[in-house]
Amino acid sequence: MSAPAISIRGVGKKFMLGGTAQHDTLRDQLAALARRLSGKKEAAAETKEFWAIRDISFDVAEGEVLGIVGHNGAGKSTLLKVLSQISEPTEGELRIRGRIASLLEVGTGFHPELSGRENIFLNGAILGMSQAEIRSKFDEIIAFAEVEKFLDTPVKRYSSGMYVRLAFAVAAHLEPEILVVDEVLAVGDGAFQRKCLGKMSDASKSGRTILFVSHNLTAVRTLCQRGVLLNRGRLEFTGTTEEVVRRYLSTTLAASTDREWRAPSTDHAPGEVRLLSARLVPKSESGVLDVQTAFDLEFEFWNGKPGAMLNVSLLLYTDDDVAAFNTASPRVETPQGVARAVCHIPANLMNDNNYRVRVLLVEKGRPLEDHQNLFTFEVAEGEVSRYWFGKWIGTVRPLLDWTYTPCV
Amino acid sequence: MSAHTKTERILRPSRGLISLNLGEIWRFRELLGLLAWRDILLRYKQTYLGIAWAVLQPLLTMVVLTLVFGKLAKFDSMGAPYAIMTLAGLVPWLFFSNALGESSASLVSSARIISKVYFPRLIIPISAVLSGTLDTLIATAILFVMMPFYGVAFRPHLLLLPLFFATAFLAAFAAGVWFSALNVKYRDVRFVVPFIVRIGTYVTPVGFLWQAIIPQKWWLLYNLNPVVGAIDGFRWCVLGDAFMPWWPGFFMSLGLSLVVLVTGLVYFRQVEKTFADIV
Repeated sequence: MSAPAISIRGVGKKFMLGGTAQHDTLRDQLAALARRLSGKKEAAAETKEFWAIRDISFDVAEGEVLGIVGHNGAGKSTLLKVLSQISEPTEGELRIRGRIASLLEVGTGFHPELSGRENIFLNGAILGMSQAEIRSKFDEIIAFAEVEKFLDTPVKRYSSGMYVRLAFAVAAHLEPEILVVDEVLAVGDGAFQRKCLGKMSDASKSGRTILFVSHNLTAVRTLCQRGVLLNRGRLEFTGTTEEVVRRYLSTTLAASTDREWRAPSTDHAPGEVRLLSARLVPKSESGVLDVQTAFDLEFEFWNGKPGAMLNVSLLLYTDDDVAAFNTASPRVETPQGVARAVCHIPANLMNDNNYRVRVLLVEKGRPLEDHQNLFTFEVAEGEVSRYWFGKWIGTVRPLLDWTYTPCV
Repeated sequence: MSAHTKTERILRPSRGLISLNLGEIWRFRELLGLLAWRDILLRYKQTYLGIAWAVLQPLLTMVVLTLVFGKLAKFDSMGAPYAIMTLAGLVPWLFFSNALGESSASLVSSARIISKVYFPRLIIPISAVLSGTLDTLIATAILFVMMPFYGVAFRPHLLLLPLFFATAFLAAFAAGVWFSALNVKYRDVRFVVPFIVRIGTYVTPVGFLWQAIIPQKWWLLYNLNPVVGAIDGFRWCVLGDAFMPWWPGFFMSLGLSLVVLVTGLVYFRQVEKTFADIV
């Protein structure tokens, strides 16, 4: 057994928020100096430490393809930056054996004014390829990117698809012993993504060590044998990809503890209609909520108006505040007392998004109560397609009935 | 691919003075060359006159300075053709002022690359200074073409020109290392450098001979301007021994540039590790 390609021991990276980091002009610096000289201490509250990652230790064996999984802000990008030697660790130590190249972005250093040809050479060199290497792979690169005709056109005149293809083509021809890749598959169309994934699995078959970060669990499952789960800057779990993905999904569940809402007071005032509680119940054994899980949204409310004609109106909004849909319960003559309305949301309706729940209690078309923001829940990506690794477009992702008959 | 042929790299927090690690820069020399080549390409892309600007700039400046100082103010040129004397001063000054501006802004304008890829950051200001050498070669060629027209003979001293160019290069690079690194944290540099260049245009002896004007007791002070020595050197090579540099000032200024360079490199290495975090 040879030594690991990468060995990470107790690595942490600290950032300073506010305080010294804000001394961005000489004047501030001079003022701070004056304060120090005059013996006054800077207010301690001025600086705040923030550990983006801490106590990270794991090994990556030679030839292994390792997936790094975690929510936004879990420290994936920071870890990759430290690994790529872009940013220095605050503590701990990393040992890297072999030539490493990192791909944190496609098209780093691409200049819009330069031609495709010029950008290939520049970008290749920035990624760490030698000129001789680029020359020998030049034809392959342009064939992969399918931009032969536009080689001498400035890339600012390229379509965005061409631009991305060219950028990825250069990156795909990197042949380091260790490759660090961040979320670059999220670009291009399906066919191109497959080409890229193919290229990456070729790379792994030729014995290269690959570290792969992605939100896309299908891609992680397809490519990686082993995974690492980061959570709030800590290493939460290492194991097989399947285990890591399962853990990741269950932390998704834990993260959204507020799949529930309770009214601050439960007064049963006569003459009033008031929401008492709301909650989300996933119809899966594990409690995981992904696009293939059906779930219920349950609402309990107090009706203080005997015989009122009431209905419940439900709206779900995505992160960017676009209404995904609005659905309303039937209008029912409701006796005084506690009532319950449940909306059954089928599997394969929601997209992998965060959704905000808004609910209105309505009497004959007149809203009595409007709760704009009851809670937010996250729907995770399920295992959907082997051929599409990008984000599905749309506020919802319904699985609809199709007829599809090849005409002979 | 046996295990022990592989290089092992250890990344850990750095402490104290860090070695300059020039070997690392040598390893990235191709990228250095490419970045300079990119800057040259970009400078004249999408301009109608293209590389002709590299000819027009020194030529037009020379004409204006010759008219103002030679014809209107009637400064003494010690018998040399005024245009040639001016152009010999312009070549190092234009190089220095451009290189200073480009290199000071270089790190900040490369923020995107810095935050995405590792390479020794020092090659960015180096390539910025380096990219100005083509313009200087062109300007020198103009000088050589004009010399016969003004009856100035080619002297063997011209072989020393690269040496004096090197002093201007050294001065621009030394200041560029300081300013580019400072600029990452203190954007004040954006105002300081153009200011220095503007003042420099007046006090640097481009359109006149300084030894005739400045009282001798101020000479050493005047030579704190690192371009003075380079300009003197250029004039000496082109126009003959009457234009010999004032050597004490020349070497003092050279030594100063070296001190600025060494301290600049130390500062640069110290803050280099934080560039990606704050740029």
